[in-house]
Amino acid sequence: MSDLRGLYQEVILDHSKRPRNFRAIEGADHHAEGYNPLCGDKITIYVKLENDRIIDVSFQGSGCAISTSSASLLTETLKGKTLAEADALFERFHALVTGKGNGDKPDAVPLGKLAVFSGVAEFPVRVKCATLAWHTLRSALVGEEKAVSTE
Amino acid sequence: MGIARDVLNGTRCERSVRFDVEKIRQDFPVLSSSVHDKPLVYLDNAATSQKPLAVIEAESLFYSRDCSNIHRGVHELSERATKCYEDSRAKVQQFLNARESREIIFVRGTTEAINLVANTFGRKQVGAGDEVLITAMEHHSNIVPWQMLCEEKGARLRVAPVNDRGEIVFEEFEKLLGARTRLVALVHVSNVLGTINPVHEMIEAAHRRNVPVLLDGAQAAPHLKVDVQALDCDFYAFSGHKLYGPTGVGVLYGKAGLLEAMPPYQGGGDMIRSVTFEKTIYNTLPYKFEAGTPNIAGSIGLGAAVDYVNEIGLESIRAYEDELLAYGTRALEEIPGLRIIGTAREKAGVISFVMEGIHPHDVGTVLDQEGIAVRTGHHCAQPLMERFKVPATTRASLAFYNTAGEIDTLAAGIRKVKELLG
Repeated sequence: MSDLRGLYQEVILDHSKRPRNFRAIEGADHHAEGYNPLCGDKITIYVKLENDRIIDVSFQGSGCAISTSSASLLTETLKGKTLAEADALFERFHALVTGKGNGDKPDAVPLGKLAVFSGVAEFPVRVKCATLAWHTLRSALVGEEKAVSTE
Repeated sequence: MGIARDVLNGTRCERSVRFDVEKIRQDFPVLSSSVHDKPLVYLDNAATSQKPLAVIEAESLFYSRDCSNIHRGVHELSERATKCYEDSRAKVQQFLNARESREIIFVRGTTEAINLVANTFGRKQVGAGDEVLITAMEHHSNIVPWQMLCEEKGARLRVAPVNDRGEIVFEEFEKLLGARTRLVALVHVSNVLGTINPVHEMIEAAHRRNVPVLLDGAQAAPHLKVDVQALDCDFYAFSGHKLYGPTGVGVLYGKAGLLEAMPPYQGGGDMIRSVTFEKTIYNTLPYKFEAGTPNIAGSIGLGAAVDYVNEIGLESIRAYEDELLAYGTRALEEIPGLRIIGTAREKAGVISFVMEGIHPHDVGTVLDQEGIAVRTGHHCAQPLMERFKVPATTRASLAFYNTAGEIDTLAAGIRKVKELLG
């Protein structure tokens, strides 16, 4: 059970049951759909920008506890960040959940609450769940028309 | 089908006593292994079944003693390999009660069998404006090949609906059988719902309108006695690996007359009688459909699997699995917040369920930590998931080597899921 407690930390369970910013954004500058065919997770991410700063980000959809909480925490973390900071955070987050360390550079953007996903590294098949929202965000920002898929 | 449906009378308990599951389990090496320091509880049999030593040894023996190509060598090894391979075909013929062994085509699996029919029979018989009739509970492998064919030909794919229990609505199915229907492609047992379809009646209804029927038997062959002559189906497809045999081998049964009239599927060696640059004369059945070196070891392994299943007996298997299914259904129904998807009156081997507020993928992860292997997801049946308005399910699928004790472990595991994530 200890690994499971590491995976399903309180913050993750809280965000999966009560996802934050779970809504569409009217007049979003960017949006994209993400899909994980393995488990049927589907999310849509909406982004509103002011110059290169994310002033609002939200999501809708359905998925497992890991993908839902990851999307929820993504929206909380990225509001107010610049696009460059968002990119840097994705890099660090990806390294964290794939067990490649969290890139402890002194000048790195702090992971903050995203650190609760460290337990995912013990469950390689769940990495796709944790990163779905992030891949979808990236797709939204580069304006790809096609829905992203983790497969 | 001639299966005794004495589910509710007293003979079943006596039967289960005679069914020595502990002894059977010893035939399957993997069943005594551990996962995450817990005894493996393997409940993902609808995805693939475990293999008995008899199958593992048959493959190993082929490679260590008889390894050779078939149908061409004059040397001893090739003769042995050819005999073993053709013996397997005869075993499968008897297993399905096909009239002739040339009606048994070895393929890679159910998927290839269906694609073979779509690409040969389908391409020849289905034209613009024609229809192929399937049902709402098909696996993607019995949807996509027909979709591709219909797209190519300008034909129409029609879909017979299922009710809330997960049974085909027979009247609707009959209504969809029309003047333009060229083929019915139908799952015998649903991999998601466990529903055993009334294929006998459905085949009769199709034949009254001269429409041939293909049965996808991937989930049926391991659990039910299949008699293709009694069913009078035109094609029957199944996979070796779900029948306790090797991966990469499966069977297409087809009525000889239909197979004769079909063009070949793939061109190559073994499927020809003579080749010149001007013209090739195709080989006779079944070789016309077996281009290239087949999965010889796999086919021999499948023969061993058929022998193994016959030894236990499909009627005993069915009776034992029915009992286990009833036990499992009761055990899971007792768990608050759990809903079983697929409650057909005739079911085999599958319990799919959803849990209130907990995604199947999370259920699967927690159960895995308990050593329990289940499948989570859409089970290659996305349209069916939409029909039941669920994104995915958790599926426990049974085999005759599973036990009531394993069902108890599953139920305890699910309670743990609720504790952790509920």
